[in-house]
Amino acid sequence: MKKRSLIPIIYIAFLMLPIYWLVAMSFKTTNEILAGFSLFPQSFTLENYVTIFTDPTWYWGYINSIIYVSLNTAISLAVALPAAYAFSRYRFLGDKTLFFWLLTNRMAPAAVFALPFFQLYSAVELFDTHIAVALAHCLFNIPLAVWILEGFMSGVPKELDETAYVDGYSFPRFFTTIFLPSIKAGVGVAAFFCFMFSWVELLLAKTLTAVEAKPIAATMTKTASSAGYELGLLAAAGTLTIIPGAIVIYFVRNYIAKGFALGRV
Amino acid sequence: MAKITLSKLRHSYLPNPTSPADYALKEVDLDWSDGGAYALLGPSGCGKSTLLNIISGLLTPSEGQILFDDQDVTALPPDRRNIAQVFQFPVIYDTMTVYDNLAFPLRNRGMNEAMVSARVAEIATMLEVTDLLSAKAAGLSPDNKQKISMGRGLVRDDVNVVMFDEPLTVIDPHLKWKLRSKLKELHQKVQATMIYVTHDQTEALTFADQVVVMQDGEVVQIGTPEELFERPAHTFVGHFIGSPGMNVLSAEMRDGGAFLGEHNVALEGAVTAKEGTPQIGIRPEFVQIGDVGLPATVRKVSDIGRHSVVEAMIGDTSVKAITDGAVPEQGAAVHLQFQQDQTRLYRDGWLATTGAAS
Amino acid sequence: MKTQNHKAWFFVLPVLLLVAFNALIPMMTVVNYSVQETFGNNVFFWEGLRWFEELLNSDRFHAALGRQFLFTGLILLIEVPLGVIIALSMPRKGPWVPVCLVLMALPMLIPWNVVGAMWNIFTLPDIGLLGYLMNTTLGIDYDMTQSPFAAWATIITMDVWHWTSLVVLLSYAGLVSIPDAYYQAAKIDGASPFKVFRYIQLPKMKQVLTIAILLRFMDSFNIYTEVFVLTGGGPGNSTTLLSIDLVKIALGQFDLGPAAAMSLIYFAITLLVSWLFYTLMTKDDAK
Repeated sequence: MKKRSLIPIIYIAFLMLPIYWLVAMSFKTTNEILAGFSLFPQSFTLENYVTIFTDPTWYWGYINSIIYVSLNTAISLAVALPAAYAFSRYRFLGDKTLFFWLLTNRMAPAAVFALPFFQLYSAVELFDTHIAVALAHCLFNIPLAVWILEGFMSGVPKELDETAYVDGYSFPRFFTTIFLPSIKAGVGVAAFFCFMFSWVELLLAKTLTAVEAKPIAATMTKTASSAGYELGLLAAAGTLTIIPGAIVIYFVRNYIAKGFALGRV
Repeated sequence: MAKITLSKLRHSYLPNPTSPADYALKEVDLDWSDGGAYALLGPSGCGKSTLLNIISGLLTPSEGQILFDDQDVTALPPDRRNIAQVFQFPVIYDTMTVYDNLAFPLRNRGMNEAMVSARVAEIATMLEVTDLLSAKAAGLSPDNKQKISMGRGLVRDDVNVVMFDEPLTVIDPHLKWKLRSKLKELHQKVQATMIYVTHDQTEALTFADQVVVMQDGEVVQIGTPEELFERPAHTFVGHFIGSPGMNVLSAEMRDGGAFLGEHNVALEGAVTAKEGTPQIGIRPEFVQIGDVGLPATVRKVSDIGRHSVVEAMIGDTSVKAITDGAVPEQGAAVHLQFQQDQTRLYRDGWLATTGAAS
Repeated sequence: MKTQNHKAWFFVLPVLLLVAFNALIPMMTVVNYSVQETFGNNVFFWEGLRWFEELLNSDRFHAALGRQFLFTGLILLIEVPLGVIIALSMPRKGPWVPVCLVLMALPMLIPWNVVGAMWNIFTLPDIGLLGYLMNTTLGIDYDMTQSPFAAWATIITMDVWHWTSLVVLLSYAGLVSIPDAYYQAAKIDGASPFKVFRYIQLPKMKQVLTIAILLRFMDSFNIYTEVFVLTGGGPGNSTTLLSIDLVKIALGQFDLGPAAAMSLIYFAITLLVSWLFYTLMTKDDAK
């Protein structure tokens, strides 16, 4: 038993090493980094973080990212919930085809859409807005959300709906006061994955923004290429991008296994 | 096949049990003879599954020993105890055929294919699943799946004991009695010691030669179905077995006799215990409605097929009587007569009168 | 049983509109470009299937496609068995399980370019932990800007680092959904650990594994950001995977026609292989 638990421990250590290095780097001064290899920060500094929190081009990157990610999660869930309900409860003309077509969008390479998206969102004058990125990310988040939610909803017996109607509930009231609470784990899991994919995606987010809605990740690529050896700053910015994900996953930790168990995700 | 002895067995799921309440299983001493059919009967949470898992070796008891044919197996893992177990939900290996499922325990023990195929054929005939042998196990109906998992237990001829953990839970009611009689028939054929765990009195009483009734982690009575019915050693047994269960009536002890309100009730024999809350126990089958006896008012009459259950009030105590004669009207004043040799006194739940015969 | 109700279309309509807006219009743009030539200024010339023909005969495309399949094949070969092994060795319950799951899921929540940047910093030959360890401590010559082999080893390791957890989490979820009775029955039947895996765990994991393999195939086939940030497709073109090549052609050279044709072929291959995978893996169930 003891020997077996070594495998996950080694694996987690492997996962943590690059993250450790990033965090360690973020606490080093530029001089120390340029001076050569050191396992721990020798002259511990918060300077890199201070820069990020005082320079608007940096911290606005975070705010922009969080705005479009939240927008995307809200939009995806809002439209996916009724659709998933329809797929889980009714048969209708073309339902299977539609469901499959939705899923194929999850397979689309983002690189394929980069240029057409740029043109499309420029044409509708949404270029460089938060809503543009939020809408673009719907392409792969909505199919995913519908898929996850449909799985959870199918697990709720149809008798629940029927009982509520017999008791005189209207559909909107039944949906919000009875049905939603009974699939809140599913909503949590779907929200988590929408957040995750929108947060980690860069290609489309970068293509659709210039200044006003530029995501933090894009700010980082610029710094990396132009300022060359500002590694400490880059590392600090990178470290800060890990935090929202860590917070979100902490909140949904008990639902994740359940969401995966349904074979959806 | 083996004789099973449980000696001073206790189990707690807590690491450091202190009070008796910490024990999921209170001290158990039992002797089960080779080839018998036994049932563990009790409501859910009474400790019967804990006891079963201790016998199968899935659980190591906190205290005490388990002996198979006088050999201590307490420390042995399940696969070295030579036992078989049928679970509540049919456990089958989905990807295998029925044949491979039945052959699995034999092949794992290195039996040669010729013998495997002979054994499997024999068991399949017994279970009447011969025509299913080449089918994928995943597609079977629940009752056939459960048959296959029984078969995996029975296919080995070296098993000490076959255990059934509420095996009929997922079976359709109309197939239950079929499987139940199949099981009884199998027991007669294979002569293995079998232990059947259930909360259903019908299943226990029809299957077993001897039933162990448990409540709150404690064995309250061990006996044949007749004994359990006729002389419950505890009010719980009286109440749990029988339909409806035994009448358990709060009584008072004075002047050397038992009183129900102001009426003296004649008991089957001498009272053995002097202490404890007194209760009178009598089965509805032995309460007669007539012109003599304790005055009562009929509260409710329910027809249960061949008989009627009459619920009458003596003062504010409700008494049930079973009658197949004329049924009184609701609200009618009647007299209830308790058959004396079936009227017992219980103190703190335990039987406290000596029987007429003993 | 589901009821027939065509009004359900109203529930699906918002999803349909949003996804169609994002999928159909750009797709039409791509199809439009793929059969035309442009020199800017919105002047287009009909080219028919020329770009498709050129692309399918181009060595550059073949090479990128080959690298893409090599990459996807390698990471599937590593991540799937590794993920299953890790899931199998995790405790089934206990206080450490959520901690393990959170830590394991962490890499998946890091923005993809940060993943690339992180691995870049981690592998720098002089001041990266791994680079320093390899070059100075172990004396192995390791610099992925110079050696294609080192570059490949690094992008594979990075992807294993990034995505093995997905396989772990999915397999683990499959494993914990197996009732205890199965393990108990197997113990009683005298099954060896291998047989427990082969006849109990693997069949129960099959569904989630199918999904894990599909997702890993699709996502690794579409990978762009992490590899681009880490190696930029180099040294030379050695790590120029399909997406990277596509972006180079489309945004770098602004050859919209060929890029569009490549997009369509790319998407078609992804769909085709996903469909093949799916059909093969669910073939037994249909019987």
